[in-house]
Amino acid sequence: MKVVVCVKQVPDTKGGVKFNPDGTLDRAAMLTIMNPDDKAGLEAALRLKDQYGAEVTVVTMGLPKAEEVLREAIAMGADKGILVTDRVLGGADTWATSQTLAGALRNLEYDLIITGRQAIDGDTAQVGPQISEHLGIPVISYAQKIQIEGDSVIVERQYDDRYHVLKAKMPCLITALAELNEPRYMTPGGIFDAYKAEITTWGRADLKDVEDSNLGLKGSPTQIARASDKVRKGQGEKVTLDPSESVTYIMDKLKEKHVI
Amino acid sequence: MDFTLSKEHEMARTLFREFAEKEVKPLAIEVDETEEFPRATVEKMAKAGFMGIPIPKEYGGQGCDVLTYAMCVEELAKVCGTTAVIVSAHTSLCCDPILTYGTEEQKQKYLPDLASGKKIGAFGLTEPGAGTDAQGQQTKAVLEGDEWVLNGSKIFITNGKEADVYVIFAITGMIEKRGRMTKEISAFIVEKGTPGFSFGTKEKKMGIRGSSTYELIFTDCRIPKENMLGQQGKGFGIAMHTLDGGRIGIAAQALGLGEGALERTIAYVKERKQFGRAIGAFQNTQFQLADMATKAQAAQFMVYKAACTKDQYTKDHKTSYNVEAAMAKLYAAEMAMEVTTKAVQLHGGYGYTREYEVERMMRDAKITEIYEGTSEVQRMVISSNLLK
Repeated sequence: MKVVVCVKQVPDTKGGVKFNPDGTLDRAAMLTIMNPDDKAGLEAALRLKDQYGAEVTVVTMGLPKAEEVLREAIAMGADKGILVTDRVLGGADTWATSQTLAGALRNLEYDLIITGRQAIDGDTAQVGPQISEHLGIPVISYAQKIQIEGDSVIVERQYDDRYHVLKAKMPCLITALAELNEPRYMTPGGIFDAYKAEITTWGRADLKDVEDSNLGLKGSPTQIARASDKVRKGQGEKVTLDPSESVTYIMDKLKEKHVI
Repeated sequence: MDFTLSKEHEMARTLFREFAEKEVKPLAIEVDETEEFPRATVEKMAKAGFMGIPIPKEYGGQGCDVLTYAMCVEELAKVCGTTAVIVSAHTSLCCDPILTYGTEEQKQKYLPDLASGKKIGAFGLTEPGAGTDAQGQQTKAVLEGDEWVLNGSKIFITNGKEADVYVIFAITGMIEKRGRMTKEISAFIVEKGTPGFSFGTKEKKMGIRGSSTYELIFTDCRIPKENMLGQQGKGFGIAMHTLDGGRIGIAAQALGLGEGALERTIAYVKERKQFGRAIGAFQNTQFQLADMATKAQAAQFMVYKAACTKDQYTKDHKTSYNVEAAMAKLYAAEMAMEVTTKAVQLHGGYGYTREYEVERMMRDAKITEIYEGTSEVQRMVISSNLLK
């Protein structure tokens, strides 16, 4: 069984957020961590390795510095790491990112692809499902439990108030929630092995069946109009009314703001 | 000379820090209050590989260097002195002598379970009448057929009741040395559950209260002949060499306690206001912090140097590290006592309460000046090397 996990190096918000003049994140200047949903996805893959001897390959797209997140994954128990990095891939939105990752994944054999639900820096939850579309395989998103049965995967898909149980034939793609599991720690020996391991680096030329027009900033339909650090909310408005007047007042305000 | 840590060591520190913050820190107050051995934490550490960091992979360990191990103890001690000494005594005082002096059979039999943390290790040298004067031993071992029969007791044994494998020292005869009859001491591996091996009183301690400190009692305790560790009569040398390594662990524990107290004090003086200003704005506070940080940094260099020197010994089996280890322990322990005491002072009345962790850290720090060789013993080791 072969499992590929897509992970992203994201800013560690504890260290503060920094921006480039064009509004994109200045990733090189920030402290980083492995995206929590992705880490849960990796843990799910490592459990499949423990249980079924699955081979776990970790793929990331990013700056050369993103290699660190692959070493972390190997220190946790992953077998191989692939870094997709190229200047022409920079500034990608979810569309261009999913195209890039799909281009990389076409070079690999897989039964399962696991991505995190969403990254804490963009919060779009689009990349995983888009990859599955590009590759023409089923997707089960928001996985809170994963089981293997023969050549199928049975997944509990989380909703606000319930979950669905879905079964899909492999190969398929799953997007994992941080709540899926408690990721294991790296081991000290694993860390030293991870730094001895060879990381495969792929550039634009290594991506399979992808048009240039779908890559990088130029291939990104989404443009960032403006970005800012957390905006402090204003004081708000305080009114003192009796209960029945309050209801009318709140309803009017919600209508005014087009909430209802 | 390069003082920069490698990327591997930096990542290992991140791991140890994350583990300590998430798994150890939340329990530190409870462990101190209840005096209960943090078994669940030890199981988590075992899973993460922390119980066999410098043990070679062929014996089920992590195959890392002593520096990585020292960093682990340091980071654990920043949040909990008890947890740090559990790892230190297990690794330095039990795994290390078996690795260094054990036969291949002994290594194969004991190290995989110890290094994986399935079993916990301890070391029994101290007796009621034999502390710094290790020659004052009374515990005896007599060979009867294929078994050694142990009689006597050991006190102040770290991991005492929780351990499974014990390295124990006992007198195996009298030998003439420079015209005088002296005790011949040998080392043994004793397993928990061996008939005749029982536990006495649990010590009620000032600090590291969650570590299981017990008296071990041997009454006609029969162990197989092959459980002698190293050669007969070489026990004293084995004990001293083991303690040289152990001192690096305790130095790392002391270092972590000092650093942990400093971190908490920095945070506190920024928040605590008196006379309309944060107390960190007063020059007295600033100068105290500067001294604390400088000494902690110096201690870190000494501990890391001692660890790296022991790593060199691991490679060439020649390099001596006893002076480096003694200096690191002496300095780090005295730094820990001074820094934690200042931390309590800077916290004022709050620092004297159990709500603030510096109070516990000050109590924990004191033992680092005493066990595995008092500060006075370290001065003896250092000066005897200067005057030889």
